[in-house]
Amino acid sequence: MLEAKIVLKNQTGLHARPASILVTEAGKFKSDIYILKDGREINAKSILGILSMGARKGDEITIRISGEDEEQALSRLTELLENFEE
Amino acid sequence: MTLKGSPASEGIGLGRAIVIRESDSEISNTQVTDINTELNRFLAAVERAKEEIKEIKETAQRNLGEKNAMIFDAHLLILEDPELLNMVKENISKGMNAESALDESAKFFETILSSLEDEYMRERANDIRDVTSRVIKILSHKEEIDLKSIPSCSIVVARELTPSQTAQMNKQNVRGFVTEKGGKTSHTAIIARTYEIPAVVGIGDITSLVRDGDFLIIDGNDGTVYVNPDESLIREYEKRLEEETRKKEELRKFLQIEARTQDSRRIKLVANIAHVDETDVALKNGAEGVGLFRTEFLFMDRTEPPSEEEQFEAYKTVLEKMGERPVIIRTLDIGGDKSIPYLNIPKEENPFLGCRAIRLCLAQQDLFKVQLRALLRASVYGNLKIMFPMISCIDEIIQTKEIMKEVKTELDKEGIKYSEDFEIGIMVETPSAAIISDMLAEEVDFFSIGSNDLIQYTLVIDRTNDKVSYLYNPLHPAVLRLIKLTVDNAHKKGIEVGVCGEIASDLNMVPILIGLGVDELSVSPSKVLNVKKKIFETNSEREKVTIQKLIGTI
Repeated sequence: MLEAKIVLKNQTGLHARPASILVTEAGKFKSDIYILKDGREINAKSILGILSMGARKGDEITIRISGEDEEQALSRLTELLENFEE
Repeated sequence: MTLKGSPASEGIGLGRAIVIRESDSEISNTQVTDINTELNRFLAAVERAKEEIKEIKETAQRNLGEKNAMIFDAHLLILEDPELLNMVKENISKGMNAESALDESAKFFETILSSLEDEYMRERANDIRDVTSRVIKILSHKEEIDLKSIPSCSIVVARELTPSQTAQMNKQNVRGFVTEKGGKTSHTAIIARTYEIPAVVGIGDITSLVRDGDFLIIDGNDGTVYVNPDESLIREYEKRLEEETRKKEELRKFLQIEARTQDSRRIKLVANIAHVDETDVALKNGAEGVGLFRTEFLFMDRTEPPSEEEQFEAYKTVLEKMGERPVIIRTLDIGGDKSIPYLNIPKEENPFLGCRAIRLCLAQQDLFKVQLRALLRASVYGNLKIMFPMISCIDEIIQTKEIMKEVKTELDKEGIKYSEDFEIGIMVETPSAAIISDMLAEEVDFFSIGSNDLIQYTLVIDRTNDKVSYLYNPLHPAVLRLIKLTVDNAHKKGIEVGVCGEIASDLNMVPILIGLGVDELSVSPSKVLNVKKKIFETNSEREKVTIQKLIGTI
C-alpha cells in the first residue's frame, strides 16, 4: 500500500473538470484507489464520491493506493493532482 | 383560466397539453426476499438505461453537436459510479426492492451535491435525478410518455425539461412549451428559441393546474397561457396565428437575397447572439454573420469564471457553425446593471459610471487574458473579429492592444497557432468615443455603435427609471449627430460602422440608421427577415434629406 499527501493548488479544487479527469484516470488502474479527507475515505473511481467530498483549493488530501499497479498509479495521479490546468 | 408567466420564445401556440410529471412519489417499497434476483433485475435495468442514453446521445450529436451531447457522458459516468452502485447493492441486500434502493442512494448524493451551493454541483444533482428516474421507470415498467411519438399539435407542460427529454422529443409536433421554472436563459427557453417554438416559463403550479388533454393557448409574445379557453378566444387566436404564419411565409422570399435598399445600397445584416445555440437560429433566418456575441452570458449564473477551455469550445463552435461568415465576439461586458458575484466587484455609488466592461478587464487582467487566449486559439476556426466594449479614450485601446500582444507572445512560446489577420474593433457607446471617433478610427478596424448605452449616456437618462424614461429618445438630435459623426469619421478612414443596439431591430429606426450612413445592422436572430424587408423598402437618399431636417446641418 502506498500513500501520499497533496495540497490542492488549482483554483477550482476537485470540482467540475478536474474531478472527472481524476476519476477517468483512476479508472485506468487496477489498484484500489482512495482519497482521504477530514476522516472520510472516498473511492477515487467514483465521480459522485469525489464531487461530494467538495475539496477546494488549499485543502490537504491523502491518496491511498493498493494493488498490482500501485506505483504507476501513484506517480500518475500525484502528477495529475499537482498540475491541474485551469 | 388565464395564467401569466414570462415570455421566453415568441409566437402563438394552440394545442392539447401533454403534462410531464415527475414520478418520484410513486415508488413502491415492497420488501424482497430473493436478493439475487432483485440484484440482477437492478443490473439489467442499469444496462438498459445505458443503452437508452447512448441512443439519445447519438441523436443529440447529430442534431445539436458534440458539445451538447457531452452531458450524456456525465449520465453514463453516473451509471458506472462504484459508490452509487455499491450503496444500491447494500440496500438491496438489506431487503429493499431495487426501485427504493436506488432512489434512496441517489437522494443521498443529491442532498450532498445540492447543499454545496455551487451551480455546477446543483446541475450534477439534476443529472442524478435525470438518470435515476430513467432507471426507476425501466424497473417499474412505467409507461413513460414516449417523447419520440408525442401526438401532433401538443403543448408540452413540465416543471423544467431536461436535456435528455428535449433531445428525444419530436419537436415538429410541439406547438409550445410551458414550464414552472426557468428564465430567458433556461434550457427550455434556449431550445424553444432554437427551434422557433413558442414558450412561456415561470408559471408556478402549471403541472398541477393543467391535465393531459386540456386545450391550451400560449402567447410567447406576452407570456399568457389560457387553459380551456372559450370558442371565441380560440377563434381569435387561430386568426392571429394564421396572420403570423402568413407574415412569416411572406418574409421567406427575402431569405436567400442580400439586403439592399430601394436605391441599391448594400446593407450588411447580421445577428446578435448570447448563447452558442442561437447561432442556428441566426443561420436559419439568413443572417450574414454574427454582429455581436455577448460573452458575458458564459460568465453568468455560476460561481467561478469559465475556464479557458470552456470558453475556447464555445467560441470555436460558433465560428465553425458560421463558416466563412464574420463573427464579432465582444469581450466581457460586466458591471453597470450586469453583476457577477464571484468577481468581487466592490459596490459602487454609480455603477454605470464605474468600473465596468473594458475598465474591469484592464483592472483584472488575469480574467481578461484567459478570454483573449481562448479567442485567439479559436481564431483559426473561422472568420473572427474581436470587439471591446465601453472604450472612452485612446489609452484604453492602446493598453488593450498591449495585452493582446503579450497573449500572442505567450501563445507563440507554447507553439499554439492563431490567425494572423483577424480584425479588432470597438463599441462606440460613450459620447467621448463618438466625439474622438476620428482618432479611434486610426487604431481599429471597425466600429459598432451600442445605441442603448450611447443614448443613456448622451441624454443622461436611466431608462429603467419610470420618472425619466419618457426622455429616452433615440431620435434626439444629439444622439443622431453623434452617430453621424462616428459614421463620417469612420468612412474617412475607410472603416465600417455597424449598429448592434436595440434600435437596429426597431423598424422605425432602420431607415434613419441607413440615412445616417451605417454599413451594418446587427439584430436579434428572429428579427432578421423583418429588418431585411424594411431595408428593401427604404430609399437611402431620401432618408438623408429627412435626417438633415432632424439634426440641422453640422
